Amino acid sequence: MMTAELIARDGRLITTPQAEDAALTVRGLTVSYGAKPAVFSVDATFPAGSMTAIVGPNGAGKSTFLKGLLGIETPLSGEVRVFGRTMGRARRDIAYVPQRASVDWDFPARVIDVVEMGLYGELGLLRFVTRGHREKAMAALDRVGMADFAERQIGQLSGGQQQRVFLARALAQEARIYLLDEPFAGVDAATERAIVEVLRLLRAEGRTVVAVHHDLSTVGDYFDRVLLLNVRRIAEGALAEAFTPQNLQAAYGGRLAATQIDELRLGAG
Amino acid sequence: MGLEFLQLSLAPLLIGVLAAVACALPGNFLVLRRQALIGDAISHVVLPGIIAAFLLTGTVSAWPMMIGAAGAAVISVALIELVRRLGRVEPGAAMGLVFTTMFAGGVLLLEQSDTSGVHLDVEHALYGNLESLIWIDAEGWGSLLDTGALAGLPPQVARLAIVLAGLVAFLWLFWRPLAISTFDPGFAQSVGIRNGPLGFALVTATAVAAVAAFDAVGSIIVIAMFVCPPAAARLMTNRLGRQVAWSVGFAVVSAVLGYVLAGYGPLWLGAANSVSAAGMIATVSGLILAAACVLGPQRKRTGEAAA
Repeated sequence: MMTAELIARDGRLITTPQAEDAALTVRGLTVSYGAKPAVFSVDATFPAGSMTAIVGPNGAGKSTFLKGLLGIETPLSGEVRVFGRTMGRARRDIAYVPQRASVDWDFPARVIDVVEMGLYGELGLLRFVTRGHREKAMAALDRVGMADFAERQIGQLSGGQQQRVFLARALAQEARIYLLDEPFAGVDAATERAIVEVLRLLRAEGRTVVAVHHDLSTVGDYFDRVLLLNVRRIAEGALAEAFTPQNLQAAYGGRLAATQIDELRLGAG
Repeated sequence: MGLEFLQLSLAPLLIGVLAAVACALPGNFLVLRRQALIGDAISHVVLPGIIAAFLLTGTVSAWPMMIGAAGAAVISVALIELVRRLGRVEPGAAMGLVFTTMFAGGVLLLEQSDTSGVHLDVEHALYGNLESLIWIDAEGWGSLLDTGALAGLPPQVARLAIVLAGLVAFLWLFWRPLAISTFDPGFAQSVGIRNGPLGFALVTATAVAAVAAFDAVGSIIVIAMFVCPPAAARLMTNRLGRQVAWSVGFAVVSAVLGYVLAGYGPLWLGAANSVSAAGMIATVSGLILAAACVLGPQRKRTGEAAA
């Protein structure tokens, strides 16, 4: 395995982070709906304190990759390690933010109720919500600028506000690894900036951020690593190494025009 | 008046209220999970289960029938899942397919078998026999403290009380994971809540409620109570706990008002005979839902209310 992670390029040796300091490692993850695999034998290593964008065309299996490693979709094969432990033993190290559109916002709950769901790991089945828990949930809401909306019914929020509430729920989990599925989909510019700010703070605290991301033009601004995915892994690594025109062409096939790639003004190539 | 009420009305009222609440409680989660039809499905497949139990044991005693009904409910849930996966159809279609087929099979079974000598017919299955569940041992209000007289209460009272207590315990214990997994199953799985077993437990609880209620009040009430009180309650509040409380209130009001209206309403209107209590209870629950649609404070939904 290690030899595969030593890549020679331009006469230099580039070592990708080793398993010991990786927050999250995935080996040979395969997830299938029906006969055709949506994600096929994907390896990935997310170093602690890094911020990785998962990029690829529609239907490339980006969301499925996250769901597969979390066990939301049962993988056909694959091994996942969270700081060296199995996912089942490391649930509280992980905070997952699903796609906003994946839930019914008509559910009878207030904003604060949703954020407190993030405390489930702490509360379990029957522990009462104390003043301390409530303060923690309010602090999480405050970090995303939603403290004034705590009592609001979730169905009355805008798309951007819903996304902030989901992020606040993840913050309340106080996890070491944050996995986000399209956190910027359909949100306003102010919310996008606010979310990026929060994610950068998480990284500054040494936490690991992985986000499925659609907008190729902001990958370079927001993230320091990229995982290019199209059912299989196309490339993974630091932006300069992996986010190249060749790799993008390989991930998107003919669907991404050369001019679009030029507009990304990639440094390496 | 007092004695007549104790002998004729107390037990049916109690049974009606217990059955309505037992169905409304899990109904809240079914409605929010868009699985309301599963209550309908289960209450229909109860019929072939009961007939199969009768054919096997040759008796109409309660326990074999309850077990037959519960078995049929579990089989139907498994079949629905099977049809959904193998047939690649949406859950609603799978439920419709399974419960109509099993109910039809039950009717055939009923007509082909020699059940004419016992009280087992389709009408009974639909309306139950609420009015016949009387407490003949009652001799006055003192009988409520007399264990001998209490033992003469229809057995459905105790059975439903036990089932209701079990349901309350289940919902109390699993409230938090049920709420999370109903709202956001993906997130639920990520924090270690197992959606599959939890969903099956909910459906099993539903089946138990349906089977226990069916025996006393028939499938019409069961179907109505799984859907109407929770749906009306959703329009009264935006918080899950309060929704469940409202649904219990609506279920009680439906049962009491429905029973009273069925017994006395037609007489007040000058008609000679009472009407089916089960039918009237279901009708009242539907009217409550209609009223909540018009008057409920939370009837505005996403978008409309955002202004």
